[in-house]
Amino acid sequence: MPEMIDQIFVLLKHWLLAYVPAALQPIVSAVLSVVPVLVAFPLLFAITTVLERKGLGRMQNRYGPNRVGPFGILQPMADGIKSLTKEDIIPRTADQVVHFLAPVMLVIASFVVYSVLPIGKNMVLANLNAGVLFFFAVGSMVELSVFMAGWSSRSKYSLLGAMRAIAQMISYEMPLVLASVVVIMAAGSLSTVAIVNMQAGYTGIWPRWYVFTPWGLTGFVIFMIAATAESNRCPFDMPEGESEIIAGYYIEYSGFKFALFFLGEYLGMFATSAMAITLFLGGWAAPFSFLTWIPSYVWFFVKLLIIIMAFIWVRGTLPRLRMDQLMNFAWKFMLPLSIINIVGAGVWHLIPAGFTRWLIDSLLVIVSCVLLSRGIRRGKSFHVRTYRFAS
Amino acid sequence: MLGEGILKGLTETARNFLGSYVSKDRLTTIQFPEERLPQIEATRDFPFLVYDGTEWEAGLRCVSCQICEKECPPKCIYIEKSKDKKPDATGKLQFYPTTFNIDISVCMSCQICVEVCPFDAIKMNVEFEMSSEDRFGGLLLRKEQLAKSNEYYNKIHPTEATAVDAALAEERAKAEAKARQTTEAKAATPAPMATPEAGETK
Amino acid sequence: MTITFLLLAATTITGTAAAMSLKNLVHCVLALTLGLVSLAALYLQLGAQFVGFTQILVYVGAVAILAAFAIMMTRSAEPAVLTGSSSFRVSGALIALVVFAVLGWAVWSGTGALAVLGPEPEAPVNEIGVALMHRFVLPLEIIGLLLTAALIGAGILAMDETRRTK
Repeated sequence: MPEMIDQIFVLLKHWLLAYVPAALQPIVSAVLSVVPVLVAFPLLFAITTVLERKGLGRMQNRYGPNRVGPFGILQPMADGIKSLTKEDIIPRTADQVVHFLAPVMLVIASFVVYSVLPIGKNMVLANLNAGVLFFFAVGSMVELSVFMAGWSSRSKYSLLGAMRAIAQMISYEMPLVLASVVVIMAAGSLSTVAIVNMQAGYTGIWPRWYVFTPWGLTGFVIFMIAATAESNRCPFDMPEGESEIIAGYYIEYSGFKFALFFLGEYLGMFATSAMAITLFLGGWAAPFSFLTWIPSYVWFFVKLLIIIMAFIWVRGTLPRLRMDQLMNFAWKFMLPLSIINIVGAGVWHLIPAGFTRWLIDSLLVIVSCVLLSRGIRRGKSFHVRTYRFAS
Repeated sequence: MLGEGILKGLTETARNFLGSYVSKDRLTTIQFPEERLPQIEATRDFPFLVYDGTEWEAGLRCVSCQICEKECPPKCIYIEKSKDKKPDATGKLQFYPTTFNIDISVCMSCQICVEVCPFDAIKMNVEFEMSSEDRFGGLLLRKEQLAKSNEYYNKIHPTEATAVDAALAEERAKAEAKARQTTEAKAATPAPMATPEAGETK
Repeated sequence: MTITFLLLAATTITGTAAAMSLKNLVHCVLALTLGLVSLAALYLQLGAQFVGFTQILVYVGAVAILAAFAIMMTRSAEPAVLTGSSSFRVSGALIALVVFAVLGWAVWSGTGALAVLGPEPEAPVNEIGVALMHRFVLPLEIIGLLLTAALIGAGILAMDETRRTK
């Protein structure tokens, strides 16, 4: 019976397909797989926006939205109607075509990456041989749409914002990819399904997730930090500093196109979180062997919500980074650490299982982390800043 | 150690998050339409006209002297003076405003009209929920909307209103005393004093 | 010659032709990106997943962005308008023809070798990795060294004057 519930969506799809003529089956099958994803994740986006605002409010000792519907849960609908009915303003000097294509491309790229994410057992849109590579390749198209948005608005603020955003995205894409290399080394495959299957077993009751190894933990932390930067979340939300640096590349967008940027951003965040789950947290696998009766997709979404909660928590806590701090952190700390982590993972696979490799790997990571953090702070003295011309 | 401050910050926000569900004291928000803070006494927004007694039209203190209209910096007051005279609350014959409009979309709440009024007829209101669907007509307050009783004035600005009432009462007492004096004088020497007294009431 | 192939080929040619003929440089870059993406799609159609995705990752994610940056940083904010003289065009067309002829000859003479296709590899990504680490390890290392040297060189060029002379 648990098996049945676990596979209920797969079985449902097969049952529906049986009523379709054979010639149409490939297309109907694709539609039946794609539509749930296109519905589920925007719905999650709607839920997340209201939960985020409520959570942030509570962290700042406020109530958050509580007027629309019971406890304010209908707030996203109000927001949606508002953004749909707003006037769509295009600057007169803007490059009309590119200005229109930028948000479309962003949303398409954000949706396409979901095709390789295993949401549950046997629930993946496309089991590609090079799934992880596909994820990062399509993810990199987001940068292009950011550039298009910034350039086509023909506004110096949006252009500067686009430069800032792209510089940040390129810098953090490298640690992101390098952090996932350790998992690819361990799994010996670029396929997301194979990676999850490798982690699905249990030792006693404990799961065999990659995060429970020294290199896995380091990789996970690096991946999450880089994912925060990639999805423009606080404290790396320089591309969209609304209050101080006027929102950046989408400043000239309004109405529904602005909502599309917002949607794309959140979808990107969910996708990178889902990738982190797939790579390090065992994908849809249950955390303990006695909990396997709960369906796999439930575990996937539980993990996803926990990671989203962590994102919100961090956003409620940290102030925004300055550009030079951001770049220094990426190039002088994250990049070397992720390369050292790859070396550590290689060492781990060479040494036979046992206490020694735990010790060596942990020492490698901790020592390099301490040295790098010392290096990044060298020559910096913290003091109250004085402004020469202000006083 | 790198990251120590971040952990401290995270615990602080987590404390806030959980604490806000446990203790209501943490949440400082006043949820407006249901909960309200008591208004401070010096609150003011737009002017209103004070009347004595129960009949607003009869009791208006305004004698249509038009000083406020002239002094108003954004010129948001419009007064039409009456041709005839009516007795006011004390029974004296006075002019009265046939039209008294204040466009509160123009008013800047400077209180100058209140300061220049020699009859304590115009005072500042505290009512602020005045949203209207009609942008022009809805924000143009007419005489009947502007007229508020002296009791209302006493309720919203107690200290100030008491002082005003005392001053008015004193003035009236003085006027009555004078009137009594004149009637007594009139009784003594009837004919010559009548003309200046009639001029004084004007 | 399926419809997919024809569509992709048409997109590739349109994209690259637009990249050469459009007036606005940024439009050129975007058109070139379109051409590169459809080229990647062609690789995917041939079953070369790794090459196709790497094409997108490298060319769209990095090269196109770098080209766009280079244009924006070296030109003024005004849209750059290209005015090529006719002699420029003639020589360009000549060079293009020569390159096309050489490539066409190479492909034409190479088709004989391709006629006998081996069995499709089971996991091509793995095999590419194995080949890179065994047979082609020396070229890989040399390229790595070259790129590292280029990276360091770029870093030195970008350094402050004062720090370089110190």
